[in-house]
Amino acid sequence: MNVEKQRIKKRKMGKTGYNFTFGLVLTVIMIGLIVLGFFWTPYDTEAMQGSIKLNAPSLAHIFGTDQFGRDVFSRVLAGAGSTFLVAAGTILIGGGIGIIVGSVTGYFGGWLDETLMRINDAVAAFPSVLLALVIITVWGTGKYKVMLALGVAFIPSFARIVRGEFMRCREADYVTSAKLIGVSTPRILFVHILPNILPALLSALTIGFNNAVLAEAGMSYLGIGVQPPDASLGRMLSESQTYLAGGPWCAVFPGLFLVLIVLGAGMLGEGILDRFGGGRS
Amino acid sequence: MMKVENLSIHFEQDGELQEVVRDISFCLQDGEILGIVGESGSGKTMTALTIAGLLKEQAVLDGGSIFLDDTDLLTLSAREMREIQGRDISMIFQEPMTALNPTMKIGRQVEESLVLHTKLSKEERREKALRALQDVELVNQEDLYGRYPHELSGGMRQRVMIAAAIVCRPKVLIADEPTTALDVGTQESILKLLKKLNQKYHMGILFISHNLRVVNELCSRVLVMKDGVIVEEGDAEKIFKNPQTPYTKELIQAIPGRTKSSAFYKLLRAKAGE
Repeated sequence: MNVEKQRIKKRKMGKTGYNFTFGLVLTVIMIGLIVLGFFWTPYDTEAMQGSIKLNAPSLAHIFGTDQFGRDVFSRVLAGAGSTFLVAAGTILIGGGIGIIVGSVTGYFGGWLDETLMRINDAVAAFPSVLLALVIITVWGTGKYKVMLALGVAFIPSFARIVRGEFMRCREADYVTSAKLIGVSTPRILFVHILPNILPALLSALTIGFNNAVLAEAGMSYLGIGVQPPDASLGRMLSESQTYLAGGPWCAVFPGLFLVLIVLGAGMLGEGILDRFGGGRS
Repeated sequence: MMKVENLSIHFEQDGELQEVVRDISFCLQDGEILGIVGESGSGKTMTALTIAGLLKEQAVLDGGSIFLDDTDLLTLSAREMREIQGRDISMIFQEPMTALNPTMKIGRQVEESLVLHTKLSKEERREKALRALQDVELVNQEDLYGRYPHELSGGMRQRVMIAAAIVCRPKVLIADEPTTALDVGTQESILKLLKKLNQKYHMGILFISHNLRVVNELCSRVLVMKDGVIVEEGDAEKIFKNPQTPYTKELIQAIPGRTKSSAFYKLLRAKAGE
């Protein structure tokens, strides 16, 4: 009996608790550090000091210093902040518009669905980073333009997921019940149906967030994302590659932060799906 | 009083026409329980949905009118109809397991009609919702108010559905096979509940079922529908005892256990080794 109970508990933990708890803790820690970075960093992120170029991690500079003598820990905190900001903005734009497009097309169907989804397909036909590159080339670089470009590029994936979920829910009996007591269509869409697709949506948002973090890092790495002297994790990685032999810490720590942010959000998304999405048909 | 006059509906799918309801007329007096019986495909549910203001996409209205007191519901705009739905006309249907929104608390779902049709404060709505839950004979209303549908049994969910439908005290309640998905014991208690609500609030009920026995138990008057037409109409007791058309006779014959010699019972007895 006891053994059986433990086994059941173990299975449960393995399936839901572990991902969710670990992802949540990691995400909270990373967001905590990022918020800290907005208000306080141990050193000025842009202060160069010729005397301490490429110093290895020490008590004074726990992540070491870069080729200009800047404190890597301070720059990682600030860089994670701008990376996070761009990713969050991307999700806000892509997710927001994606939800509106997806819900309307999925719920109503018909010509509206056909028209919007063909435009959607056309946008989705380009790899999202490539599309963002084109947009950046046209609009110019900068933190907010990157955000906008990635946001537009991310709309199709969200629209498609939301559309599928709304198609599944529009025939549901509780939607019929809602219509029968005179609930207006917008209220049915966003008050009655939207909460029901939240598990799928949340995990799509976390996966999207991860992709956005990596896309921002990739674009900054290519030199068209966040511009110097602003720090960003991708930018730090690209700048540090020349000094990989002399100062590996310049690359390792931004990379580690990137991995931890992505890992935390990914596990959280997975955990949310396991925990809240599993019981539904 | 509700009056349906010369209502005709057809389906149009891929250019093919199919008549679903053909020129039916009937009226539902205030406080009356009227039964509509018929097999599936007889047009009874289409009639109910049309009255409730929910014409399916493929359905086309050919003509007729549905008067609720002096307004013809079929001439109203969608917005005007939404005012009526839930306030004057409510509907409950077959599937208690899926008819409630899984992400909304019971209290919120019962209150939704009040949110839409009244300007009551939050506390007043809560009070009315609790009252409605009490009306459908659910106990521990305070506790239920904060629960989610998956924590409730099928019978309880059907009661919650009824509570949500009657919270605005509609003039007409349409019940489309409300007991079909429930077990016999629960069926019985839901029927009793509908009868009680009808007497207490003088609410007209349009009760739709394929089961003539159930209809006979609950309704004073009955319409028998077949292929979109009303084939027989009259006092429930009379129709049950002395059906006039072969179709009605067939329907009565189809009730299991009515005659001990029915094939079903023969089979049961054979199985039991009698």
